[in-house]
Amino acid sequence: MGNVLVVAEHQHGKFPKTTLAGLAAGKQLAGLVGGKCIGVVLGQGVDALANELAEYGVDVVAVDDAKLAHYLADAYTNALAELVKQKGADAVVATATAMGKDLLPRLAARLGAGMASDVTGIVDASTFKRLMWAGNVIATVKVEATPRVVSVRATAFDAAAKDGAKGTVETAALGGGETKVQFVEFAETKSDRPVLTEASIVVSGGRGLKNGENFGTYLEPLCDALGAAMGASRAAVDAGFVPNDLQVGQTGKVVAPTLYIAVGISGAIQHLAGMKDSKVIVAINKDEEAPIFQIADYGLVADLFKAVPELTEEVKKLKGA
Amino acid sequence: MKILVTVKRVPDPETVIKIGPDGAGIVTDNVKWVINPFDEIAIEEALRIKEKVSGTEVVLVSIGQKTSQEQLRTGLAMGADRAILVLTDASLEPLAVARVLQKVADGEKPDVILMGKQAIDDDSNCAGQMLAELLGWPQATFASKVELGGDQKSVKVTREVDGGLETDAMPLPAVITADLRLNEPRYASLPGIMKARKKELKEISVADLGVDVAPKVKIVKLETPPKRTGGRKVASVQELVQVLHNEAKVI
Repeated sequence: MGNVLVVAEHQHGKFPKTTLAGLAAGKQLAGLVGGKCIGVVLGQGVDALANELAEYGVDVVAVDDAKLAHYLADAYTNALAELVKQKGADAVVATATAMGKDLLPRLAARLGAGMASDVTGIVDASTFKRLMWAGNVIATVKVEATPRVVSVRATAFDAAAKDGAKGTVETAALGGGETKVQFVEFAETKSDRPVLTEASIVVSGGRGLKNGENFGTYLEPLCDALGAAMGASRAAVDAGFVPNDLQVGQTGKVVAPTLYIAVGISGAIQHLAGMKDSKVIVAINKDEEAPIFQIADYGLVADLFKAVPELTEEVKKLKGA
Repeated sequence: MKILVTVKRVPDPETVIKIGPDGAGIVTDNVKWVINPFDEIAIEEALRIKEKVSGTEVVLVSIGQKTSQEQLRTGLAMGADRAILVLTDASLEPLAVARVLQKVADGEKPDVILMGKQAIDDDSNCAGQMLAELLGWPQATFASKVELGGDQKSVKVTREVDGGLETDAMPLPAVITADLRLNEPRYASLPGIMKARKKELKEISVADLGVDVAPKVKIVKLETPPKRTGGRKVASVQELVQVLHNEAKVI
């Protein structure tokens, strides 16, 4: 007993930064438990990925099966529950991405496990920190039953590095087993900009942008000048300006870039929950009483429709210099 | 068909949350309580199905103290048919919630269980997925579109996942959890409120259900995170670029 399984999510044949943050959390937990951290790669044709994961200094189990080609909660739960038994695992860790959030609770219920979700800190082998009430309270929770199932917040852990001796790679002969769900299609949001959860600069727009077109006219050029990802407040998503995939906040994505620029965002509690750990926060808003200014490092009280194009030009000048 | 919708009583999302003096919970004086916003979206979706598929019954279920009657009445006023309140003074963790709901579902035998994707108090985002597993049903979380099959034996759900929209098809019964863009919930009408008073609201206790709700996870302590303090205002775009470049060194 005592091993920690880390579910290593992959996209387009790569491990996103969010996965590497989960791996770092798994390594930390394994150290505290006194067991081994084992990376698990599920999918179809995942040999190369399994080998790459082993370079991060962990032993890897590849579960290769046609039924696992697309992530489906029940099929992945079947494979992982079996693996937990085989490996005598004490804990299963994954990053709280859309997949991790969908999968781990189902697995926890299958295992009758204690679960802590969206964890931001590991105190000891069974004790974790997590946020409640839109990030207004930090709870320290003790998961008393084993196995433990833990989803971790990507921004709270540094991405694992390729260090230590390369781990072993084995292929587990586990099928996805029965699935009741049929994958129909995935409509990918195409963008040349960085992924929101990986970008070092994020520019987000709120209701102040007034409509979806203005995101294209005003925000996109600024994003491109800065090499930034584009985000949005819940108010902007609610109003139908942009897809929910861009939502930063309690019920959207949590980001912690080096620079976060909030444009036309008032700063509702639920938005702050998704970005207040950014290193530097800039707010541009015409309402000088907007709550966003209370947490912004630099505030500019201005009409965004004038200030944003100006800012785009200034950034271009600076980069050109 | 029958749709079961879960309803949780939570503080209004705009509430400024403070930890109580005992450090075990939050201050609840003067807190305005509402239906968890994602549960409201789930109720709305059930009502829209009811409007399309005649003979559909929408049953609400909540777990908590007597005070949750208020949120169930609101849901009934929106148009749900009847409600069940499972009484407990304990604050149940997601797995215990799922076990209670499993018992309720065993009795009610719904075709669809609609839930909010997460409650905005504990922000766990777990109960729906756990319930689907306990029942052995398929799950469709983070739904932004629900299309019922013509024979009402299957459902196609579009889900808000990282990087785009995923569509999955599954047979009923199934558990579906609602995301933000699924719909815009209606307000209860005055006649709706009048009618709601006469609708059935059945109370049972967790003990009656014979479910093991013993916690596996214990809250050791609650703390207020360090407050981020604001910096300063800059006068112009030029000054902003200059400080970001020379002072913060982030561009």
